[in-house]
Amino acid sequence: MIKFVLMVNRRGQTRLSRYYTPVELSRRAALEADVVRCCLSRRKEQCSFVEYKDFKLVYRQYAALFIVVGITDKENELSIFELIQNFVEVLDKYFSRVVSSCAIMFSLDRVHFILDEIVQNGLVVETNRSRILTPLNAIDKMSDS
Amino acid sequence: MALKIVKGSIDRMFDKNLQDLVRGIRNHKEDEAKYISTCIDEIKQELKQDNIAVKANAVCKLTYLQMLGYDVSWAAFNIVEVMSSSKFTYKRIGYLAASQCFHESTDVIMLTTNQIRKDLSSPNQYDTGVALTGLSCFVTPDLARDLANDIMTLMSHTKPYIRKKAVLIMYKVFLKYPESLRPAFPRLKEKLEDPDPGVQSAAVNVICELARRNPKNYLSLAPLFFKLMTSSTNNWVLIKIIKLVSCFCVVKYLGLLAMSKILKTHPKSVQSHKDLILQCLDDKDESIRLRALDLLYGMVSKKNLMEIVKKLMLHVDKAEGTTYRDELLTKIIDICSQSNYQYITNFEWYISILVELTRLEGTRHGHLIASQMLDVAIRVKAIRIFAVAQMATLLDNAHLLTGNMQRNGICEVLYAAAWICGEFSEHLENPMQTLEAMLRPKVATLPGHIQAVYVQNAAKLFSTVLKSQEGSTEGTAAQETSQLMIDRLPLFVQSANLEVQERASCILQLVKYIQKLQQKEVEVAEEVSALFAGELNPVAPKAQKKVPVPEGLDLDAWINEPPSESESEDEQPKAIFAKEEPKHSRSRHTEVDEKELARRREARKQEQANNPFYIKASPSSQKVYQESPGVEHIPVVQIDLTVPLKVPGLPMSDQYLKLEEERRQKERADKKKKEKKKRKEKRSGRGRRHDSGPESEEDITPAHMVDIVTEEMPENALPSDDDDKDPNDPHKALDIDLDKPLADSEKLPVRSHRAAKVAKSPVEDGDAENTPPSQEPKKKSSKEKREKKKDKDRDRKTYILPTPDNRLLTMSSTSIFLFFFIEQKSSKHKKKKQKKEKEEKEKKKKKKHHHHHRHHSDGGADESVQNGTVEDEEPLPVSMCLTLNHKVCDIQGNLQDGSQVVVSVIFENKCDSLLKSMEFNVLDSLNSKLQRPEGSGPHDGFTVPFQLPPGVSNEARLVFTVQSIVMPQKMKGTLTFIVKNEDSSIHEKLDFKLHFTCTSYLITTPCYSDAFAKLLESGDLKCSSVRLEEVNMPFHHLLARICFHHHFSVVERIDSCASMYSRSIQGHHVCLLVKTSGQTVSIDAKCDEPTLLGNVLDEIKQTFSQC
Repeated sequence: MIKFVLMVNRRGQTRLSRYYTPVELSRRAALEADVVRCCLSRRKEQCSFVEYKDFKLVYRQYAALFIVVGITDKENELSIFELIQNFVEVLDKYFSRVVSSCAIMFSLDRVHFILDEIVQNGLVVETNRSRILTPLNAIDKMSDS
Repeated sequence: MALKIVKGSIDRMFDKNLQDLVRGIRNHKEDEAKYISTCIDEIKQELKQDNIAVKANAVCKLTYLQMLGYDVSWAAFNIVEVMSSSKFTYKRIGYLAASQCFHESTDVIMLTTNQIRKDLSSPNQYDTGVALTGLSCFVTPDLARDLANDIMTLMSHTKPYIRKKAVLIMYKVFLKYPESLRPAFPRLKEKLEDPDPGVQSAAVNVICELARRNPKNYLSLAPLFFKLMTSSTNNWVLIKIIKLVSCFCVVKYLGLLAMSKILKTHPKSVQSHKDLILQCLDDKDESIRLRALDLLYGMVSKKNLMEIVKKLMLHVDKAEGTTYRDELLTKIIDICSQSNYQYITNFEWYISILVELTRLEGTRHGHLIASQMLDVAIRVKAIRIFAVAQMATLLDNAHLLTGNMQRNGICEVLYAAAWICGEFSEHLENPMQTLEAMLRPKVATLPGHIQAVYVQNAAKLFSTVLKSQEGSTEGTAAQETSQLMIDRLPLFVQSANLEVQERASCILQLVKYIQKLQQKEVEVAEEVSALFAGELNPVAPKAQKKVPVPEGLDLDAWINEPPSESESEDEQPKAIFAKEEPKHSRSRHTEVDEKELARRREARKQEQANNPFYIKASPSSQKVYQESPGVEHIPVVQIDLTVPLKVPGLPMSDQYLKLEEERRQKERADKKKKEKKKRKEKRSGRGRRHDSGPESEEDITPAHMVDIVTEEMPENALPSDDDDKDPNDPHKALDIDLDKPLADSEKLPVRSHRAAKVAKSPVEDGDAENTPPSQEPKKKSSKEKREKKKDKDRDRKTYILPTPDNRLLTMSSTSIFLFFFIEQKSSKHKKKKQKKEKEEKEKKKKKKHHHHHRHHSDGGADESVQNGTVEDEEPLPVSMCLTLNHKVCDIQGNLQDGSQVVVSVIFENKCDSLLKSMEFNVLDSLNSKLQRPEGSGPHDGFTVPFQLPPGVSNEARLVFTVQSIVMPQKMKGTLTFIVKNEDSSIHEKLDFKLHFTCTSYLITTPCYSDAFAKLLESGDLKCSSVRLEEVNMPFHHLLARICFHHHFSVVERIDSCASMYSRSIQGHHVCLLVKTSGQTVSIDAKCDEPTLLGNVLDEIKQTFSQC
């Protein structure tokens, strides 16, 4: 199971957070800060999987953007690592340019929508790029007209 | 109107959208908090507008702020509004916000049930999709139960997009409402074969998660998964399936198998997984256990042997079924004896293990244990003293072993015991006793070959006994011993077994002859012992192979022309009991002096050098057997005589291990001392290599062996299965047997399920509409009409049950139950009466004795009695009288919602007419506001969503927003309703006051004494105190009263003094120190909010002044 998905910039500011297991709002900030510190402090040549408390973190860096996924220890790290890549590819395709943290902030709702199409309930629901984007494109057409 | 629209759109142009907000925050880096608070104010303004687009934009911004860590729960209601927008773009924003902000204790979730249901059944697949996605984030047990059936239907939706989402959300539903698992499972199973790969993947995901708890329940799906594994191209799915299959133990088995292969080449890497492999011994699957056993065989070392064997011994005790137990037994012996006992460093321990194993009932491997005992006793000379003592005990307790001859293979052990005691009888502490034990009549029931050994060894013992007795005092003792033999042996002479008979009669005659000699006072002991003189030496299993080929001997040449193939002589048959034959020599080194010993050794070496049947002493120190008999040369065991060798009763290896440990420590200390000395003497750096540190394999001297077991693991600390089963694990509830057929009661609740619970009612068809009133605040009047007709038919039960039950209450942050009883007297005066549960009296006219009770559902009976008294006092004929007797606050709060108080009001109609159109209104104060349904103004009432036929009660819930909780407050309110008779209907009005006491903001919160002490020490708390005079109640009653009425919990109580703790919904700590002396009670209190504290204390005082 995926516990949460975080997108943070290099300074550790949260750009997107999605929790699949309830975490109190008051604890989120501390958790995010800690998780981000944990990942940012690692060197590039170090492994992208970190054991953190009772779960694991899988992270990937894209320029200034870090994507960190918290998973239970039953989950396969490599599959999540690949999933992050898949997610970013979808974002690239949708925003038709390199994903920056600004793009994510400005269209937070859309990024959420994409994420919801990929991960639901902490489980991977769809990995096909075009199928992920179908509903979103439909919505865009709707709001354009 | 047109102007309004234009104005609205102009307003919108000035509204910030999300981008503006993000930019704004970036541009206000130095005063971000201030900027955001102005933004929030703006958002609040936007939310007040009617334009849904503005609201959606505001909610969108809130979602961003929530991500930054700002609490936006105050906007929950607006989020619901946006969710219910008909336009998808807004709905999506609403659901997104809800999925980010809502959690199980968000009250407004209740209001969403119908909206979500509507969206789920929407013709637009994206509506459904977004509802499912949102639901997965904030589903509550209630929602799960109410919507389970809808979602299950969606699992068979025509669009795969919906199907896959529905399948996934089912997992959350199972977690929240485990009853749904069994009815939904068949359909979930179907989805594994769905034509759409996405749906398949979803189903695999869900089943994998489910199977984490109880893989066995899902074993039947294995073929299906195998098919998927071979056909699916989705890597994410494949990974999941492999994970799942690994739950089915197949992979475990394969893993163990692979490990055993690796073990042969890389033993070290496997040895590090020892604990894991030991865990496999607990596996339910026998084949896995056997595999693990095989592995263990290969991975023992000097260091871990004792530990592993101890674990195995525990398993022997637990094992069910003799097959596995026998397997364990043979494995223990195999493991210990492998490579010539290479890993055993302490043979005393091994003997104890063997003796312990004799206690196994019904094992087939008695002969195996026996052969081990013989082998060790013969080959490890230093152990003989200990072994003999143990064997003597065994013989003494032989009756324990021979309980049931037929199925007991264990009596074979007695064979070894008897032989060892006879052969090494010089080590016996009390040979006479053992001799007697060996000649007991019961022995005759043993199998023949054992009796034979008994008889033969009784003779050996006899010789030893004679020697000691003759040597000492008078000859009578020796004669008595002979007499004993003569008395007992005839029993064996009559044996049906030829060998027993022959030996017995031989020895009997011998003893008789000896007796004759004894009577002539001839010393016979020397001669008798000569019969059994001679030393016994072990023969190596490969001794035959080592025989050098004499010169000129060509083994390949034919001696005679072959008539047939000759038999191979290489392998000596492993006759277990063959070792009894060579008893031509006896060692008596206890008596010989050093010179004699050396001489003999030399002689023997000479002899052995020429004797082809003896192998040479190995130079390896690991070889435990050596021909050289000098005790000081045996590297194996140095027996420390401080250890009591004779363990009373049957020995326990554990007990033995403890002794060993003590000894080990002592020895280590000695060693250190010695080393110090050495170092002093030598003053060289070389001494340092003996520095203490982790002992390496080579360092372990035999006597140091024992420490591993007891130090690393405490007694009984087995790695048990239960450890990893967390009682709080949400998955625990899903450990459900899916193979059982579905019972009717397990069917998923359909929309009308709550009414369906009231199946006793004769009228059921209309129940579908009868959904809980609190969830449908706005009821269509047409429905009401329909219901009114049915009302008469319905019995009371039908009405009570659909009231919102405790489930709803538990979700409230703070709930106050008010009981309203509406009564119309059947007398001439129509008198309606309402009653409200309140702790404080509001109408001062009524001075009543209140008794408190908590059961709001059955409170009616109690209350009506009280009502009686009120009525009598009440002079008003037709008007309402409202008594505010009790307030029972059932605060099950959640500190997150520090600003909400939920008031549950129970209306009971006590008159003979139907009451309808009830409207409940409260005059809002600055501090407290009633939360009204959307679209209603600040002065509109709350329409009670039900009608009350005579004698019926129902409950309505009102949510109040409270800003400050430090002061108690009273709110004025009115209840208007229509009394409907057959002929007329009258409008009635009822005034009341709601009293929010400070107590009602407190939540019983347990507190540990250390945390309590810290709190008091912190110094942030203000102090206050109060004295109660003339309190006539036991102290514990007093405490109970404070706990009950004021929501405190006792932290600690010492005699007549107690500390108590409670916490307000906004997180204020309230600490009390209650002391009593006589009738005076003093309460010292501390709280971080002095006003709140003062009020709480006043309320406590009031409680006690009333009794």
